[in-house]
Amino acid sequence: MSEHLPILVVLIPLFCALLIFLAGVFQKRAAWAIASLATFLAFAASVKLLALATAGGRISYRLGGWEPPWGIEYVVDYLSGYVLTIISFIAFMIAVFSRDYVKKQVGLDREVNFYAIYLLLITGLLGMIVTGDIFNLYVFLEIASLAGYALVAVGKKKGAIVASYNYLILGTIGAVFVLLGIGHLYMVTGTLNMADLRGLLPGLYHSKVVLTAFAFFVIGFGLKFALFPLHTWLLSAHSLAPSAVSSILAAAVLKVNVYALIRVMFTVYTPEFIYNVVPLAEIFFIIAPVAILAGSIMAIAQTNIKRMLAYSSIGQIGYITLGLALANETALTGSLIHILNHALMKGGLFLIAGCIIYQTDIYDISRLKGMGRKMPVTMAAFTICGLSMIGVPLTVGFISKWYLALGVLEAGRWYFIPLILVSSLLTAVYFWRVIEWAYFHKAASEEALPGRKIAEAPVLMLIPIGIIALFCLIFGTAAFIPEEFARRAAEFLLGGI
Amino acid sequence: MMIELIQGKYVYWFYITLMMIGFYAMIAKGNLIKKIIGLNIFQTAVFLFYISIAVSEGSTAPIMLAESYGSLDAGTVTYTNPLPHVLILTAIVVGVSVTAVALALVIRIYKTYGTIDEDRIARLEQESP
Amino acid sequence: MMETLHSPLPLYAVTVSLLAALLIGFSGRKPNLREFWTVSAAVVKFLLILGMLLPVLQGKVIEYSLFSVVPGLEIRFKVDALGIFFGVTASFLWIITSFYSIGYVRALKEHAQTRYFICFAVALSATMGVAFSANMFTTFIFYEIITFCTFPLVAHKQTAEAFSGARRYLTYLLGTSIAFQLAALFLVYFTAGSLDFAAQGILAGTGSKTLLTVIFVLFIAGITKAAMMPFHSWLPAAMVAPTPVSALLHAVAVVKTGVFVVVRVVLHIFGVDLLAELGLGTALAYFASFTIIAASIIALRQDNLKALLAYSTVGQLSYIILGAALLTPAAIMGSVMHIVLHAAGKITLFFTAGAIYVAAHKTKVSELGGIGRKMPFTMIAFSVGALSMIGVPPLGGFISKWYLTLGAREAGQMPIVAVIVVSTILNACYFLPIIHAAFFKEPSPPGGHGEGHSHKAWPWEKTRYDEAPILMVCALCLTALVTLILFFAPSVFFDLAKMIAEG
Repeated sequence: MSEHLPILVVLIPLFCALLIFLAGVFQKRAAWAIASLATFLAFAASVKLLALATAGGRISYRLGGWEPPWGIEYVVDYLSGYVLTIISFIAFMIAVFSRDYVKKQVGLDREVNFYAIYLLLITGLLGMIVTGDIFNLYVFLEIASLAGYALVAVGKKKGAIVASYNYLILGTIGAVFVLLGIGHLYMVTGTLNMADLRGLLPGLYHSKVVLTAFAFFVIGFGLKFALFPLHTWLLSAHSLAPSAVSSILAAAVLKVNVYALIRVMFTVYTPEFIYNVVPLAEIFFIIAPVAILAGSIMAIAQTNIKRMLAYSSIGQIGYITLGLALANETALTGSLIHILNHALMKGGLFLIAGCIIYQTDIYDISRLKGMGRKMPVTMAAFTICGLSMIGVPLTVGFISKWYLALGVLEAGRWYFIPLILVSSLLTAVYFWRVIEWAYFHKAASEEALPGRKIAEAPVLMLIPIGIIALFCLIFGTAAFIPEEFARRAAEFLLGGI
Repeated sequence: MMIELIQGKYVYWFYITLMMIGFYAMIAKGNLIKKIIGLNIFQTAVFLFYISIAVSEGSTAPIMLAESYGSLDAGTVTYTNPLPHVLILTAIVVGVSVTAVALALVIRIYKTYGTIDEDRIARLEQESP
Repeated sequence: MMETLHSPLPLYAVTVSLLAALLIGFSGRKPNLREFWTVSAAVVKFLLILGMLLPVLQGKVIEYSLFSVVPGLEIRFKVDALGIFFGVTASFLWIITSFYSIGYVRALKEHAQTRYFICFAVALSATMGVAFSANMFTTFIFYEIITFCTFPLVAHKQTAEAFSGARRYLTYLLGTSIAFQLAALFLVYFTAGSLDFAAQGILAGTGSKTLLTVIFVLFIAGITKAAMMPFHSWLPAAMVAPTPVSALLHAVAVVKTGVFVVVRVVLHIFGVDLLAELGLGTALAYFASFTIIAASIIALRQDNLKALLAYSTVGQLSYIILGAALLTPAAIMGSVMHIVLHAAGKITLFFTAGAIYVAAHKTKVSELGGIGRKMPFTMIAFSVGALSMIGVPPLGGFISKWYLTLGAREAGQMPIVAVIVVSTILNACYFLPIIHAAFFKEPSPPGGHGEGHSHKAWPWEKTRYDEAPILMVCALCLTALVTLILFFAPSVFFDLAKMIAEG
């Protein structure tokens, strides 16, 4: 059984997605249960895989028994095990959260479709993580993307359909670039297996085709994970989608695309190539600071809570790319921890925004006055996730910044330290504003919501955000747990130098 | 020199030209359907690129006929590489799905706004927040 | 070397008030039970710290390692002479402040009393955390906790003015600690590979002179709680807080945390020898001197009593930094002694300011004419505190000024001696007129100033004494008494200070 886990992680959500369509005909309520169960099983399988990979090293699964490099290979190593666990956990949390949320914000008639598409999205994401075949990566990328476009449009907000359309156009351009990159690599090597490519490519590093392919990968995945300045689609897509969808888009879809780029950078190409042959680091050194500052400053200017969170994602992606560019183990560890950190807190924050919108229909931050009393659990979780975003010690956000800062110093680029600190301060500005309004100001007017008393969201929505907030703290205090995995993964990635 | 560059790699210039046409349509056209058409051209360009890399000079279709078994000496017959064709079949399926989703979205946009012109939709959005 | 005891006592001393904060939260509906928790936590905390005092006096160090966040970042407690010195001071004064607080909030019928007491308890926990931390990381965590949990106390009144004061408070403290202190932490860890406090510092021989200077400047700029100019303006802004908060937090816990961390950095991160070698001590000393003089001059012009006290605090805190910066044993002793002596004196002054506000609703210096006759206990305590600030024997403040002057001479810095003398004169200039007015001036007629006090005419003729509630008066007399006792029997603190100065 356990030797089939790498494929099961992908198949479980896929078959459950079909099952939901079938079951939905008879019993609509089953959809949520199946989706939660499927994501839970995927999570359990991921944990098991992570444990196996940690204990025994790289796990390779041959699809249909075909030997790589001819057949498709699924690979679980330190990196994919780590990301797999994060993504499947967040997927499970969001699935649980969705029960009440989807009923109200998406509508009963679309409930079955929502869960089925949601599971297809998860299938695509988990497939992208475990696959060791670069064309298979593209296929899963498109599965995830298509499901993502549909989910953005599923909500009741009018602008969401247009946002979804724009997301689709830009997302497809990104995917086509990836496809082109794959084509170029195939043209010169004749193989699609990542491990095989890694062996064949070094002799061809100065071939223009290989260089072009790399540029296509960076731009293609960069479009998908909203690398500044390719981020324009993200704002409306993330802010207008239903909150549960925003959450999975920010916490999982962005992260998996970052992961895909990391995988291509380090395990198809080599650290030698990306740091010495192409000027990727130099480009990221310019892009990342601009992204970090622009994201934070624009977030301060927002009044809509979801737009604020969307802008902050752009800055956070900047952190991850900064860590990638620094070319040392410490910084890369920081980047990988930041993937966990951002998945937890941004996923959590969008869910929290979902709770608030579910109960009150408030999007405007300044109307959150006095919310600390009315929705204590929600706002407590918001505070924790916000502190983690600022990078206060004992939250996981501090750990990633700590490693990034040490990595910056190790690389001898001390001038990024002020950048990290200033952006922490800017983040503090836009989060503290909300926290102060929520806790220290009396609700100015009850008349804003006539005839309705604001209370906590349903318990099934509170449990996931509570757990996510708790994990922000646990991984901030017992930080050696994620640090251990992230460091091993970073070691593994940089093995070449 | 320049001519040789164009001549020798004319297939690639084709696909790049096609791509740019598609790209132009996606960026410059205000009509949402035309954007999708541009998207299709864009994708097709990449499909053609894949097909072109499968060919090698003088190769035949990769079909093994029973009578050629006997004369199958190594190196005498060159086949077109079948794998890119297979890959592109998958990519075409993906492309069709993308088009389908995009068209579905346009239908819903039309139902909501009564237009498929980008500028007009933006104006309507601004008028009613 | 020194004997090390492993015991969880420091952890208990830190957490006892956290536990109390929980209990206070649960018994919000029963004020008496709630106040019982506050007082008992204060007493238990003090006893726990006394329990640690004895081994420390015998030259032992108590250590307790809680856990490592990641390798290299450990939450660890270490009780040494400097830590226990600060711990004893803050925890003892918390007991007195607890009683005073209870009297104050009940007399004024303050809102959100439960939140008030919870934040107070958490602030004390964090203060002990700073006092007993074994490395800069632990210090930084508790330092930030203090900032966050005192924000609700400063914003307590929830008026526009309170919010603007509290926001400035937070901006300065959080902003500088993230922008500068955290940067210093990164650099220290990167150069020294550790953040632990060590008797001779950890940075000696690790980095270039420029780098070490940058780190030092970042630390000094980042520890804004010490209220060194130009980052001092949060302290007067924080005076919108209720008076007990100003008393304990802005005369003892918060600001002393600041100077305490500065002393820690000077002694145990850099080390005396390294700073002397770099010449940074002298630079800091002159910087502190500037703050001392400038703050005293500004204090001269204040009419609001609490603002005056705040500026006086700004000046006095810089004495402590000055002492540490001079790097001679006598100066360091003076500096450390000033932590407790200034605490006792300044808390008395704030207590009296609060008592005057509660009993007479007066906040301005110019309104205090003749008040000594109506509130004799309060104003005598005020005089004791003020004279101690000036440094008049037989009051505590004299001791620290004496040692500071000795230390300045030892270091051969005659200009610093002059600074101390000038500042003493300035202190006298702003405190003595208040005492004079309070006892020898005729009271201004009620309503004469047109300031419109919220309660009815001040009953000058009817009652002879019109003191604040008994709990408050007891508290402020007690702290005044402590100021006096510390002059005659400073032995425990003196021994500790000697241990610190000798390393």
